[in-house]
Amino acid sequence: MPDTLPAPALPIGHYGYDQVDRAFLADRVEQFRDQVARRIAGTLSEDEFKPLRLMNGLYLQLHAYMLRIAVPYGVLDSRQLRELAHIARTYDRDYGHFTTRQNLQFNWIRLEDTPDILARLADVDMHAIQTSGNCIRNVTCDQFAGAAQDELVDPRVHAEILRQWSTLHPEFTFLPRKFKIAISGSPNDRVAARFHDIGLVAKPAPDGGTQFDVFVGGGMGRTPIVGVHLRDDLPEEDLLAYLEAMVRVYNEYGRRDNIYKARIKILVQALGTEGYRQKVDAEFAAMNRARYRLPPETVAAIRARFGTPDLHAPDDAAAQLDRARRADPVFDRWVRTNTHPHRAPGYISAVISLKPAGGIPGDATSAQMDLVADLADRHAFGEIRVTHMQNLVLGHVRQDELHVVWQALRGAGLASANIGLIGDIIACPGLDYCALANARSIPIAQKLGARFASPELQETIGPIEIKISGCINACGHHHAGHIGILGVDKKGEEYFQLTLGGSPGSDASVGQILGPALPEDATVDAIARLVDAYLVHRAGGERFLDTYRRLGAALFKDAVYATA
Amino acid sequence: MPLLENGRLVPDPWTTLDQDAFLPAAGPVIVPLSRLEEGLARPPGEQLGVALPPDAEIATLRTVLPRLSLVAVTFPIFRDGRAFSQARALREHLHFAGEIRATGKPLPDQYEFLLRCGVSTVALPAGSDPQVWARAHTRFRTAYQPSVRGERAEGATLRRVL
Ligand code: HEM
Ligand code: SF4
Repeated sequence: MPDTLPAPALPIGHYGYDQVDRAFLADRVEQFRDQVARRIAGTLSEDEFKPLRLMNGLYLQLHAYMLRIAVPYGVLDSRQLRELAHIARTYDRDYGHFTTRQNLQFNWIRLEDTPDILARLADVDMHAIQTSGNCIRNVTCDQFAGAAQDELVDPRVHAEILRQWSTLHPEFTFLPRKFKIAISGSPNDRVAARFHDIGLVAKPAPDGGTQFDVFVGGGMGRTPIVGVHLRDDLPEEDLLAYLEAMVRVYNEYGRRDNIYKARIKILVQALGTEGYRQKVDAEFAAMNRARYRLPPETVAAIRARFGTPDLHAPDDAAAQLDRARRADPVFDRWVRTNTHPHRAPGYISAVISLKPAGGIPGDATSAQMDLVADLADRHAFGEIRVTHMQNLVLGHVRQDELHVVWQALRGAGLASANIGLIGDIIACPGLDYCALANARSIPIAQKLGARFASPELQETIGPIEIKISGCINACGHHHAGHIGILGVDKKGEEYFQLTLGGSPGSDASVGQILGPALPEDATVDAIARLVDAYLVHRAGGERFLDTYRRLGAALFKDAVYATA
Repeated sequence: MPLLENGRLVPDPWTTLDQDAFLPAAGPVIVPLSRLEEGLARPPGEQLGVALPPDAEIATLRTVLPRLSLVAVTFPIFRDGRAFSQARALREHLHFAGEIRATGKPLPDQYEFLLRCGVSTVALPAGSDPQVWARAHTRFRTAYQPSVRGERAEGATLRRVL
């Protein structure tokens, strides 16, 4: 009987597991169950257990265990999102937190529940492997991959190849420090490729295949560095071999004496771009290239496990959307701010903001997750993407159905029209959860969100990125914020230091410190004055970042400190 | 120190010498890298091994490798993964076919990784439970990348059958 059942349809937008992949995951869950049992029985010490639990995404935070679940290249299907909602409801406090690395975190997990949670995740082909530890972490990707008008190559098949290759990699699971790879297929960098250990940009090769731009040695933390361009012509068949060479040089020569100097960015700075490139090239030349070659048949076999959407919109889809926009100015504003052009006629990508005014950036309740899963089934081929800005995306929505989608989102508090605007804030967990924090990031984000709640005001201010970290580790990307906010500790008081001029994109730059840190209760007002100064001095349709780059810091310094 | 091969305890014929120990003229001995010259000065038929520190450059062994039957790599702490790269370079770049022995403090959960990087034996750290290592040996049936062992690929996929 079972073999007469039709094969289940492949998920849209991500790799579909088969029996071999499922068996692997089941073995992994059993391994962890065994480790937890040894820990609870006391035969594993906490010291011995720690690296094992971290390899399964289980952190010990300030108040409880946190479980970080991988969302490979940020793509989920509706079945997976419903399972996450179920886990939130059953094992956590009815919500989850979407992170800047396109993962999902549960903040209130009990150790003894984790094997069961991992087993439930495995039922929907998900895991928490390598979401922590000094290994190659979840590969992040453009949230509009496979949909964006400006894309040259859909990078998700290559992201999946990197996911598989890096999974329990025998040589690279105990690197000097964590290792983060991002991949994009658009000339408009939406993945912060230059702020990753390795950033890849896929593009068409002259022979019709695919090749890659390679960036290396970018990162944030206490030493923010924009990555260097290593080469622009890496052929697809050498993708894995060349990455093996890059990571091996790091494994051999990266510093292990000081965790603050252990990232690859420090090695690349120490050797110089040329010195690092020479070592990689020597390694690449010496290796068994036949063994590590990525043949087109392998790419094709993995591509064949991806479902692709059948895109057919009615001829008048765009006209219907126009009519709906004219009839409803609130909807019209949301379409202006929260959508992205699609490559197929009659389609559009919709961004679901997880940044309601006064809310916690990236949090979603179980009910919201269920609702988004239902909407995805009805209007977006069951596919949901997580963005590194901590929002969600429905990639392929018919333009004539967008109004219905928006109405449903609005009913669930998910229709904030603030994508790319001042309300679209990134904030790390900060002192509310994190043991390393100096200050609470979330309340600042909430207060800023409330201060700039008006959608009219946000649209008037225009594109601006505020990013908040609770300590110098920079999980909130403050270095790459047009306005960055860093929590510092001054004699036990929470203070906030502002940086201006950072950018994560193709024009990547590290923000510069504006002046002395401000007390918590002065920070939001200071930012309001910054924004006012920008509105006075901006020329034409210039973004905040452009005004800052044109005029420099002085006028903003005056605005912040003159009255402080 | 118990020695593990293919998940099973095996006898260890080798003597490991430290910096100052007397070097016997005959019998299988593992010398520290700094005493390699001395070891090589023994009669050619005598089995010789060398113990590498994690920062040793593998390429410097190129000319002497034919005289060595064993190379020991080490994990000062389990988180220091340089020995994985050393083992792999020995197999892949220098085509070393002798025994590669892991010493120091590797974890049982790293066993598969060690084997797939070319390690053949593990000197078990004090207090290890060989059963846990044996279980780790048979835990996984699939890996997702090629390795020096040249496992069979499953069709055109990246997967390897362990
Ligand atoms: C208990 C919670 C957390 C702890 C203890 C923690 C720890 C750290 C540390 C120590 C660093 C600095 C690493 C380095 O520079 O070598 C770092 C960087 C970073 N973390 Fe976290 N983190 C936490 C939560 C998060 C969350 C929730 C996110 C995503 C929303 C995140 C994303 C990042 C990113 C993007 C970076 C900086 C980029 C880079 O790797 O250079 N972290 N984290
Ligand atoms: S930036 Fe600091 S406070 Fe924020 S999550 Fe990272 S380690 Fe914790």
